[in-house]
Amino acid sequence: MDKPPDRPDTLLRVSVSPHLRDTVTVPRIMWSVVLALTPAFLGSIYFFGVRALWLVLIGVVSAVITEAACQKARRRPVTVSDGSAVVTGILLVFCLPPGVPWWIAAVGSAFSIAIGKQVFGGLGHNPFNPALLGRAFLLASWPLHMTTAWRAPSQGSLSGIDAVTNATPLSMLKSAQKVLADPGATTEQMVQAREALSQLSSAYGNLFFGNTGGSLGETSVILLLIGGLYLLFKRYIGWKIPFTFLASVFIITGVFGGTDGLFTGPSLYHLLAGGLMLGAFFMATDMVTTPVTFRGRLIFGTGCGVITAVIRLAGGYPEGVCYSILLMNAFTPLIDRWTRPKRLGEIR
Amino acid sequence: MSAKKTFQGGSHPPARKRATQTSLITPLPPPSRVIIPLSQHTGAPAEPIVAVGDEVAAGQKIGEAQGFISVPVHASIGGKVTGIGPYRHPLGPELPAVMIESDGSQPSPEAPQPPGWSVPSDPKAMIEAVREAGIVGLGGAAFPTHVKLSPPKNKPIDTCILNGAECEPYLTADHRLMVESGDDIIAGLKLMLKILNCRRGLIGIEANKPDALAAMRERIREEDGLTVIPLQVKYPQGAEKQLIWALTRREVPSGGLPMDVGCVVQNVGTAKAIYEAISRGKPLTDRVVTVTGPLIAEPRNILAPIGTLFREIIEFCGGTTGEPGKLIMGGPMMGLAQASDEVPVIKGTSGILVLGPGQAVLPESQTCIGCARCVDTCPMKLVPTKLAKLIEHGRFAEAEEQGVLDCMECGTCSYVCPSKINLVHLFKFAKSKILEERRKQKDGQAA
Repeated sequence: MDKPPDRPDTLLRVSVSPHLRDTVTVPRIMWSVVLALTPAFLGSIYFFGVRALWLVLIGVVSAVITEAACQKARRRPVTVSDGSAVVTGILLVFCLPPGVPWWIAAVGSAFSIAIGKQVFGGLGHNPFNPALLGRAFLLASWPLHMTTAWRAPSQGSLSGIDAVTNATPLSMLKSAQKVLADPGATTEQMVQAREALSQLSSAYGNLFFGNTGGSLGETSVILLLIGGLYLLFKRYIGWKIPFTFLASVFIITGVFGGTDGLFTGPSLYHLLAGGLMLGAFFMATDMVTTPVTFRGRLIFGTGCGVITAVIRLAGGYPEGVCYSILLMNAFTPLIDRWTRPKRLGEIR
Repeated sequence: MSAKKTFQGGSHPPARKRATQTSLITPLPPPSRVIIPLSQHTGAPAEPIVAVGDEVAAGQKIGEAQGFISVPVHASIGGKVTGIGPYRHPLGPELPAVMIESDGSQPSPEAPQPPGWSVPSDPKAMIEAVREAGIVGLGGAAFPTHVKLSPPKNKPIDTCILNGAECEPYLTADHRLMVESGDDIIAGLKLMLKILNCRRGLIGIEANKPDALAAMRERIREEDGLTVIPLQVKYPQGAEKQLIWALTRREVPSGGLPMDVGCVVQNVGTAKAIYEAISRGKPLTDRVVTVTGPLIAEPRNILAPIGTLFREIIEFCGGTTGEPGKLIMGGPMMGLAQASDEVPVIKGTSGILVLGPGQAVLPESQTCIGCARCVDTCPMKLVPTKLAKLIEHGRFAEAEEQGVLDCMECGTCSYVCPSKINLVHLFKFAKSKILEERRKQKDGQAA
């Protein structure tokens, strides 16, 4: 008589375990990256004036509008609040010369989102880092703006060295080393080049604090490090890619980067100058476009470092961070396939 | 002190054990009705050996084991059999069970030593006693214990491991048992060593249970070959293969068993049950259950007769303080959500967890962003994100190649995923598909 009912009145919700989820979400990660980029952003305003503020804002607004428009066109939910388009906008403008016209930032950002990300299906599906793809597009389309619109910081010189005011740190190094390697160079040129190279160490302070010319958000090592270490501390990025990237650039430029034979290269200068810190902590660590395996990340970071060093030492451009990451992005699926970890108890 | 032992990978879900970790194990007054499923273990279900209308005594065998990988079931209260048939079972479908109702006149289920019980002394008789008592692994998987204690001749066992990790959040049943029944647990371990002719006994306990570590340490002597080893607090520290690796650095081969690397792992509660079965002939008719969660009025550990309905146990703990959102058998990481509280406690019920409505809302899944948190934390070193993509595209053969069958469904990947992808759900689905395909091929060959 007192049998349990066949079907209770109300059924509770059931679902597959686990019934607990971590509080980390995609928007939280993306907005943390924005927060981590803030010190460098404020630094860029300090070094290059209010113009930096406007360029970043234009880039971000363009990225967000493009993302929303693409998602509307694809009849997909608009997800601009996840912060990923904001990150792309900031990063794209961070690797532009501070003197570019405003529409360069707008067009570049729109390209990054539309062609770099949305055509592949949006967040999570793009093979290449959207911001770097946007920069590569701008460099190919408006090379003059992208290679000449440098600005000296408000309190310093373009190269970070008082004696040289017409070149950014890496192009100054490249042209000086070119002169020394050129048998047809005049004595006067040789003297100037030697002079510049002998003063490299005097630039370390300026490079570290960001008081040099260069792309808008790349100049200050310390401000980028603060953001990068914050992301490391929060475990939103791992140490493997930044460490191997920086270490391989440091070693290769130290061994092969000198004008007086092996092991005479200005490796510390290479570490501090150019877009290496920005690239190593914020672009080569882009989750979507980098390997997921442990060994894969070591390979990825090392590959970025090797290609960067090769371009800097032997290529036509003074800087190679952008292309090194894009090239390694292309290898990401292959690297993941090669480096699948050995499972616990797997017999191979 | 040296670094605490652990495995590679894993995550740190909130422990939430405070509500029950100091509560003494309270015996539940015998309920007036129990529903005892005939299948509470891995392997063939037992067959009923009583009929409707029979009077049964507490501890009496009511279902006989079928085959080697099977165990008998026993009445947990004395009374009258009032039904045999399909009843709601915590594992999902309705399954055969025996319903016993008592008018309250029966003595308490604390079964005295059966008359004429003589303590067996040779391993074979001891294994038989363990089997006759219906003992299964009490950690949750409910694998028949006598099978684990009967390794083939070519698989000698040199290490017997007691699992006191209890890494599931919220649960403290094993913790309390170690604190309150240390003597029985150690006695059980010693019996296991004897049965297995094994010299080394390791007791692994997560370092967040200092009182359990102390209780175990007090009761062992190194010269007996016993060692208590504190483990790093990390989920899933108590998973069998992870525990073996942490303590011995041995890798159980894919698809293999602990005995393949000379190990046997038993939960601490199982050790106690083994001791009780061999020394007193006590069948497994009750177990410690952690009743907890934000909605339980008086969270505590109780000793519940097998077959007691969840509803009665929750009522004993003061009921719920609000509209429950989710009812889970076990812990929040691997536990099974229940549609109803009209299900009985079975031998594998380590906890009854009631979560609020907020915790029952399923997060919306987003696209994978390749963050690799699942890859970094998978304790089996699988690549969950890759497996999920293969499974979503129906590429089960490739998922199998990449080891999806090794997945133990611990939930770590789903827990850490920032995109809230239901990875475990996909893996369970793929595993069932692959095993179904295998069965089909086998049938095809047989035909």
